[in-house]
Amino acid sequence: MTAHIKNAQSWGYHAHGAFIILKKNILLYYLKPPVLIFGVLFPVFFFLAFKMGRPIAPENIVPGMVAMAVWFTASAVGPLVTPWERRAKTYERLIATPVSLQAILAGDVLSGLLFGACLSVIPVILGLILTDACIHNMVFLIMGIVLGAISFSSLGVLLAAPPASSPSNIMLLSNLVRLPLLFVSGIFLPIAEMPFWARWVAPASPLSYAGDLIRISFGHEAYFPLWLSPLMLVFFTAVLMWGAYKFHRRWRAKGL
Amino acid sequence: MSGQANIIEVKGLSKTFWKTVAVNQVSFAVRHGELFGFLGPNGAGKTTTVRMLTGVLEPTEGTATIQGHDIRSEALLSRAHLAVVPEEANVYLDLSLWQNIMLMAELHGMGRKQRTHNALELLESLGLADRKHQKARTLSKGLRQRLMLCAALVTEPEILFLDEPTSGLDVQSARLIRRIVQELNTKGLTVFLTTHNMEEAEKMCSRLAIINNGQISAIDSPRRLHSAMRCRQFVEVSFLSEPPPMSELQSLSGVSSLDSAGNTIRLYTEKPGRTAAEIALFAKSKPVEIEHLCTRKPSLEDVFLYFTGQNKKEPAQ
Repeated sequence: MTAHIKNAQSWGYHAHGAFIILKKNILLYYLKPPVLIFGVLFPVFFFLAFKMGRPIAPENIVPGMVAMAVWFTASAVGPLVTPWERRAKTYERLIATPVSLQAILAGDVLSGLLFGACLSVIPVILGLILTDACIHNMVFLIMGIVLGAISFSSLGVLLAAPPASSPSNIMLLSNLVRLPLLFVSGIFLPIAEMPFWARWVAPASPLSYAGDLIRISFGHEAYFPLWLSPLMLVFFTAVLMWGAYKFHRRWRAKGL
Repeated sequence: MSGQANIIEVKGLSKTFWKTVAVNQVSFAVRHGELFGFLGPNGAGKTTTVRMLTGVLEPTEGTATIQGHDIRSEALLSRAHLAVVPEEANVYLDLSLWQNIMLMAELHGMGRKQRTHNALELLESLGLADRKHQKARTLSKGLRQRLMLCAALVTEPEILFLDEPTSGLDVQSARLIRRIVQELNTKGLTVFLTTHNMEEAEKMCSRLAIINNGQISAIDSPRRLHSAMRCRQFVEVSFLSEPPPMSELQSLSGVSSLDSAGNTIRLYTEKPGRTAAEIALFAKSKPVEIEHLCTRKPSLEDVFLYFTGQNKKEPAQ
């Protein structure tokens, strides 16, 4: 057993730990009917409620619905995993194992990514079947979904850092951050058509870039330069993960 | 590495929460293959010490090594050698027993063949084999604690941290856990046992540390702790009639101090036999009748109360 640990600084060692955490998270938190249903239905109904009665072609709704599904699914469970585990005292047991904090957080981010990426396929398929929408560029669609999901999932893991054992407190914080960002990211209204102040705020949201990539993939015009969106999503992922690591480490050192 | 005498070495370990000092400059060592007891009243710093040693908390000051690995600079390596069974069984309730055990083994990097073999053997010896596909949620407290032990032992640790492992368990589960821990200890497993149960500590541990107010008050084998308490041997006496004035009993030769609870008086002395005889003579000369008279050696509980300073506050029972 110790032979495996000897190379504790290697990427392979951390990747193995992250994979085990990913497996645990999927078994425990993601494959639950309420999570699955909420992940699909919430974005669909939220979006329909906003679009209902407006003169917009159904195929134009699809990119926004896909972006919102990625946003909600990838960042939905991540903020809750650590508070749930803190409350059940399993977090303490987890950090007493020879798995690094980086691996635990990476596992949490990967679970969000996998969940977000898999569930966002549903609105894509529904959009293709039920509307005239068609995919013009698959690469941008995959980039938008994967890079978006990983950065939204990192945001979720960062939101889990405050030392709360009550998931409802974290849920409140999570919605306080996620819902306003949803409205300034060009999901319901293209960024170019948003008010002046909102156009200034939009670049601060990772959802703006993921949404732009998904819109391009469905043949819509880009708002940001093509090279900028993937780069910004990578940048957001790096910053959010770094922040998540710093905050989790800080609170963990204090035993919170 | 395994040739070294001490498997755990703690030097000046301290933990401060805001302005509260929970553990203050604690130093001790645990030898290879030892069953080491860690005793202390609530809030004494036992759990904080264990949480620092197991990597859950970062020490404010001081250092400790586990199997030669520093708990700060080589945290992963130090944690690879240990397993923890906390007081409250914190298993994943929505996973089956098998999944819980496999998860722990995988987190310790064990291969499939080895972890499967270990898990089957442990489930059998802990009487959980028939329930391995049941969800942990369906288990009683005692069975959950057994599962915790199983999930800890599957990783083949060199040190097992047990925090009140039998607290609140039924007699059968408590006995089973004690027996298995003792068996594993005889096979070379080092056990760090935190407990409130004096009988358990006395029977199981080869050495004991008593921690109070964040500091180690005493550390030795139970036998030597007892002998260090020679002056705390006592004669217990109760009278049928009104007891004589305490000052008269205090003046009997060899009596160092006394305390009382209700009708029962304890006279602390280094020579309890002689003091008992003197009490009998004293009673004969006075209009008092003895109801009960006996000599006692201090129990581990007395030792504990003495070192934690609580014997002065609480009357004898």
